[in-house]
Amino acid sequence: MSDRIEVLKTYKTYVGGNFPRTESGRYYKVYDKDDNVLANACQCSRKDLRDAVVAAGDAQPGWNDRTAYNRGQILYRIAEMLETRKAQFIEELETIGYSNEEAEEEVNTSIDRLIYYAGWSDKYQQVFGTINPVASSHFNFSMPEPMGIVNIWAPEERPLLGLVSVMAPVIVGGNSCIILASEKYPLSAVSFAEVLNSSDVPGGVVNILTGYRDELLEHMTTHMDVNAFFYTDTTVDEEARKQIDENATLNLKRVIRKPIEDWLADDSQSPYFITDFQEIKTTWHPVGL
Amino acid sequence: MSDDQQTADTIEEKPYKPSSPSSKLNFDGVWEYDDAPQSTEHAEVKEQYDLYIDGEFVAPEKGRYFDSVNPATEETLCSFAEATQQDIDKAVKAARNAFENEWSELEAKERGKYIFRLARLIQERAREFAILESLDGGKPIRESRDVDIPLAAAHFFYYAGWADKLEYAFPGKKAEPLGVAGQIIPWNFPMLMLAWKIAPALATGNTVVLKPAETTSLTALKFAELCRDAGLPDGVVNIVTGAGQTGSTIVNHKGIDKIAFTGSTKVGKIIKESLAGTDKKYTLELGGKGPNIIFEDAPLDQAVEGIINAIFFNQGHVCCAGSRLFVQEGIADKVIQKLRDRMETLIVGDPLDKNTDIGAVNSEQQYNKINEYLELGVNEGADMYQSSCQIPEEGYFCRPTLFTNVAQSNRIVQEEIFGPVLTVQTFRTAEEGIAKANNTPYGLAGGVWTDKGSKIFKVGSKIRNGVVWSNTYNKFDPTSPFGGFKESGEGREGGLHGLYPYVKLR
Repeated sequence: MSDRIEVLKTYKTYVGGNFPRTESGRYYKVYDKDDNVLANACQCSRKDLRDAVVAAGDAQPGWNDRTAYNRGQILYRIAEMLETRKAQFIEELETIGYSNEEAEEEVNTSIDRLIYYAGWSDKYQQVFGTINPVASSHFNFSMPEPMGIVNIWAPEERPLLGLVSVMAPVIVGGNSCIILASEKYPLSAVSFAEVLNSSDVPGGVVNILTGYRDELLEHMTTHMDVNAFFYTDTTVDEEARKQIDENATLNLKRVIRKPIEDWLADDSQSPYFITDFQEIKTTWHPVGL
Repeated sequence: MSDDQQTADTIEEKPYKPSSPSSKLNFDGVWEYDDAPQSTEHAEVKEQYDLYIDGEFVAPEKGRYFDSVNPATEETLCSFAEATQQDIDKAVKAARNAFENEWSELEAKERGKYIFRLARLIQERAREFAILESLDGGKPIRESRDVDIPLAAAHFFYYAGWADKLEYAFPGKKAEPLGVAGQIIPWNFPMLMLAWKIAPALATGNTVVLKPAETTSLTALKFAELCRDAGLPDGVVNIVTGAGQTGSTIVNHKGIDKIAFTGSTKVGKIIKESLAGTDKKYTLELGGKGPNIIFEDAPLDQAVEGIINAIFFNQGHVCCAGSRLFVQEGIADKVIQKLRDRMETLIVGDPLDKNTDIGAVNSEQQYNKINEYLELGVNEGADMYQSSCQIPEEGYFCRPTLFTNVAQSNRIVQEEIFGPVLTVQTFRTAEEGIAKANNTPYGLAGGVWTDKGSKIFKVGSKIRNGVVWSNTYNKFDPTSPFGGFKESGEGREGGLHGLYPYVKLR
């Protein structure tokens, strides 16, 4: 052992491809399995969320204009980057109480999940789009198109796998998103932002904030430029659920609630999670000489 | 042209006469249309209609009835029962019972055969339904006869076939019905909206409690007769009439698993809010302010017909109406002139006359609302142009109206008027046109007119609307999904995608 003093990482947020700290200057303490302080995470504010929505709005049209093939390759690239940083993520999960095997399983599944959705990038349109045989001389087809900007609560448990599982189906379909990381275990999310940052994902497509759900619920569900709100925790109580739904009426935000207990299970990934964040657009055109 | 064959010489000898932009066919005093009334003697309207619950016509528990007015004459047509909590309880109970003990037990192919029967019965009695639709709602007979009722039948025919094929609709999943669907429909396409709601619900194995709009309940109750004639098991379809309070009772009823609503964005938001925190699935088909974008390279005559059809179809009572016209600057004057000329030829009047293009505004309430918007538009500084046509003295009629010199922020540009009122704006570049088109909270439908194929796809993909009509407008088909982005609604109706709101996937 050397006497070298280790350099500790400051855990920040990820907005518009940059790593700012919260504008509010607030923090909250994150603890390891033995209740030692691991880090000071940003306690993000409404203003941070609004900045993130602006970044997501700027990035979304360009992201959607990428070819499906390109989006697929970028998701694959995220998986590649995660694979090379596996050790770091395993170690991080161990600090919060995962055994080495459990941590490895979570990271492996996360990588595989990214590959799963990368592969869907140019296929869900074929499975869920239609050509409609209308009874007139028109060519008519229906295709899924992204909703736009999606606010997401990453699952409280499974700090890496949960995050990857809610992010991938949203962005593979051309949406951009703002993800509030697990409140209790936000560190994997912040480290994952570093993976995103080196994976050719355009800045602003994925934005990651840390902070308190209770504080940010209202702002994440009422923001008028956000098209959908996605959450999966079974622990969200009835009152919060009702509040989310009510707030969403303001601009008819789509609320996608998918209670999922086991993120390792195969049925926690599905092309239907992609289409949950798509709108079907139908185009008519006359046929004639 | 005369009978004499023209030779090249005679053509050359004719003096050259340029056609002015305002040139038009002039039939004044030369041709006049005779009355061409559709006979109503075959369509029976009773004085009073009850509720249809559990396969029977029953009087409402509280014994209250309300009048329905023929908007073309302002005379009372008949009266409908007002369903209150107890009636809705009965209807939901009947639907639940039918769902559990009858409809879900039935083999899917047999279920489909009942729906086929309904399609056929509508076709057999199509003219009667068309007449009733025009009497009750004021829409031109030509439209109810050629559009509403045939499409309603087609919807039942289309979804009937899905009943035993659902395993092909959702790859990798098994589709199960939700249970009892509460459905609330608007007054602009009463029978067609009923078909949009009931056909997919039944095909996927659900049972139904449907409330038609209070001003247009007649065809729904006639449809109840068809359900009886088809031998549909009691309780599978229940029709309850009433106004907003009745609708709210349905939305909040604990025994209902799914709400399907078509109507205004305002009411849609109220419904979404009432469903907060519940497990009820819902679809909302709400308002719109459809952009209709005309590029300089568009086929102008077709485009003008398209603009007319987009805004004046069904008196403009269409959620997807092309109510905001965007014309590329270079052709704006020409298009506006052509539009005015074409508007002059529109016949406004008796809905039952087969020559009528624009019938009666659906109700006094809507008539007043449209007039308020006309006043507002003038007060906002826009230039109003109205066709000079004759309109009947009785009844609620509105002349086709054009507003030019409007701003993006004007209320007549931002808000849904739901009447024959078009606003005209110009743009220079495609980017500007798209940005203006997308600049409302709505996102239901829109049109793009250009002869350039690549431009159609580019502009079409940038418009944030659920339906894009390229070089056409206001076309509908049961195989074609319909529904909105943004505040124009959630979910799709029609086509394969229209099945999804009525199933849970395992």
